[in-house]
Amino acid sequence: MKFARLVWSNLKRKKIRTLLTLASIFVAFILFGYLAAIRQALSAGIDVAGADRLVVRHKVSIIQLLPGSYEADIEQIPGVAEATHATWFGGIYQVPRNFFPQMAVEPEEYLSLYPEFQLPKEQREAWFRTRTGVIVGRATADRFEWKVGDKIPLQATFWSHSGGNKIWEFDLVGIYDGAEKGTDTSQFLFQYDYFDEARDNVRGSVGWYIVRVSDPDRAVEVSKAIDETFANSPAETKAETEGAFVRAFAEQVGNIGAIMQAILSAVFFTILLVAGNTMAQSVRERTGELAVLKAVGFTNGQVLALVLVEALTIAALGGIAGLALSWFLISLGDPTGGSFPVFFFPTKDLIVGTLFVVGLGIATGFLPALQAGRLRIADALRRLA
Amino acid sequence: MSEVNGALVRVEKVSKTFKRGAEEIHVLDGLDLSLAKGEFLALMGPSGSGKSTLLNIIGGLDSPTAGAVSVGGERIDRLSGKKLAAWRSRHIGLVFQFYNLLPVLSAERNVELPLLLTRLSGAQRKKHVDTALGVVGLSHRKKHYPRELSGGEQQRVGIARGIVTDPTLLLCDEPTGDLDRKSGDEVLNLLGSLNREQGKTIIMVTHDPHAAARAGRKLYLDKGRLSQEPLE
Repeated sequence: MKFARLVWSNLKRKKIRTLLTLASIFVAFILFGYLAAIRQALSAGIDVAGADRLVVRHKVSIIQLLPGSYEADIEQIPGVAEATHATWFGGIYQVPRNFFPQMAVEPEEYLSLYPEFQLPKEQREAWFRTRTGVIVGRATADRFEWKVGDKIPLQATFWSHSGGNKIWEFDLVGIYDGAEKGTDTSQFLFQYDYFDEARDNVRGSVGWYIVRVSDPDRAVEVSKAIDETFANSPAETKAETEGAFVRAFAEQVGNIGAIMQAILSAVFFTILLVAGNTMAQSVRERTGELAVLKAVGFTNGQVLALVLVEALTIAALGGIAGLALSWFLISLGDPTGGSFPVFFFPTKDLIVGTLFVVGLGIATGFLPALQAGRLRIADALRRLA
Repeated sequence: MSEVNGALVRVEKVSKTFKRGAEEIHVLDGLDLSLAKGEFLALMGPSGSGKSTLLNIIGGLDSPTAGAVSVGGERIDRLSGKKLAAWRSRHIGLVFQFYNLLPVLSAERNVELPLLLTRLSGAQRKKHVDTALGVVGLSHRKKHYPRELSGGEQQRVGIARGIVTDPTLLLCDEPTGDLDRKSGDEVLNLLGSLNREQGKTIIMVTHDPHAAARAGRKLYLDKGRLSQEPLE
C-alpha cells in the first residue's frame, strides 16, 4: 500500500498520454461488452436450449414442410416423452423491419414443452379457447407497446388466407415472461388450427417438430431412431438437439462466434500495441529514476513489480470502467429497439472481460517490467551523467 | 556495524574492466583503499579516471572484476543482487551530481523513498523525513516538487534522501558539479557539518579543488591507481 502513491504518481506523470491510453482501453472494453451482448442475442436460445428437447425438421431444409401425421409416429418411438409441432409464419407487422418470430403452434402442447415461457393462468386458458388468440413474449410486447386485448394485424408473406387475403388478424390474449435471463421473449405464438384452416394447398403440414426425450442421455439414440423411422419416405427428417438446431439457425448469417472473435482479436491486438507502447515508452523515459530506486535499495523484483502494477492499474482503470459502462448501457435495453430476442451482458462474458483486463495488464507490462527489473544501476546512472 | 582493523571501508586489489566490443578497458587496476569511520574523503582525478566507478563499487551499485570490498567487515562483492539491494538500503546514502529526484514526487516523498523499504509505519517515516529535511534546512519546502526548487535546494533534498535512513556511509558523486559557487558552498557546508557533528563517513567524488579542500583527506585516482598527490 505504501508503494501505491509511487505507482499513482507515475501514472500522473504524462496525464494526456495516460488518459489517451485509458480511453483506448475503455472504448475497447465497451465494444467487448456490446459484442458479447450481440453474440448472445444472435445465438439466443443456445445456452438455454433444453437439453431434453430435440428438433425434427425436413432433411433437405428447414423451409420444407413435414406431414402433420408424423407427430403420432414420433410419440410411439421409445424414449420420446412428448412431441408437438411449430410452423414459421413470417408475417409483416406494419413494415418489414419490424421483424419478430411468429409461429403457429398447438398451445397446450407447446407450453408443456416450453415451461420456461411463463404465462398467467387466465391468459393461458384464454389462449387455449380463443381461435384467433396469440401470446407474445415480453420483449416484443414492450417493443410495440402491445397490451392484452389488442388486435394485431399481420401481413402474410407467403401464407395467405383462402381466396388470397394476406391480412391476418390476431387477438392478443397473453404476454409471457422468460423463466431465465436468456429465454427468448420475442416470439409471437398463435393457434395452429386458425392458421391451418386458411391454407389451401398444404393443409395439415407443419414446419418442424419439437420432441421431449425422457432421458437426455439418450438424445442421440432417439434422434437416430426418429430419422430411421422416416427414412426413405417422401419427407425424410433430420433430428438434432435443440441446442444444435438453434446454433445452426443462428449461424445462417455466418459463424457469429468466429466473427466476434475476429473483431475482438483485432481490437485487442491494437490495444495491446497501444498500451504496450505506452508502458515501454514510460519505462524508457525514466531509466534514470528506476536506477535511483535500485540504488537506494529497491530490488530487481520490486522494480519489476512496480512497473507491472502500473500496467495493471492502467488496464484495470480503463477496462473495468469500460465493462461497467457497457454493462450499464446494455442494461438500459436493446439499442435496435427490440429486434433482438434477448439483450444482456452475460455473466460469463463479464468474467471473461475481467480476465482480459488482467491479461492485458500483464501482457502490456511484462516486457517493460522485465526490462526495468534487469536494468543495471551503474550503466543507467552513467547514461544520466 | 563493525570495523575491521579500524577501517570501515576496505578495498583490496580491486580491478574493474569494461568491455567495449573486442576492446577491454581497465578502469581500476589492483586498487587498495582504507577508510576509517567518521572520515571525509575527497576522491579527485581527471574525467574517465574511474572515480565514479570506484564509488559505485564501494556502494554496491557495481561489482569489481577482481578484488575484495568490505564495508563494516562485510564482503559486499560476495553478496547476491537481492542481498546487496537490502544491504544498500541499510548502509548506503547516495548523493548524485544531478540530484536524481523523482519529478513526480514532492520533496518529502522523495526523501521518504528509501524508508519505503523499511518496516517503519507511516507516522514513523514522516518523523524521519521531517528530521532529515530539518537537517538540510528545507522543512518549509517539503510539499514542493523538484521543478519548484532551485538546484541547491534540490541537492539538499537529495542529501536528505541520502541521510534519512542514517546510513553507515554517505557517497557523493560530484555533489556540487551542477551548482553555482554559493549553492555549492551551502551543500559543502552541509556535508561538512554532517561529518563533524554527526560523525557521518563520507566519500565525495569531485573535480573541484575548492570542494575537495573541505574533506579531511584527499586522494587522486588516475590510470586505475590511487595516490596522495595528482600524477603529473
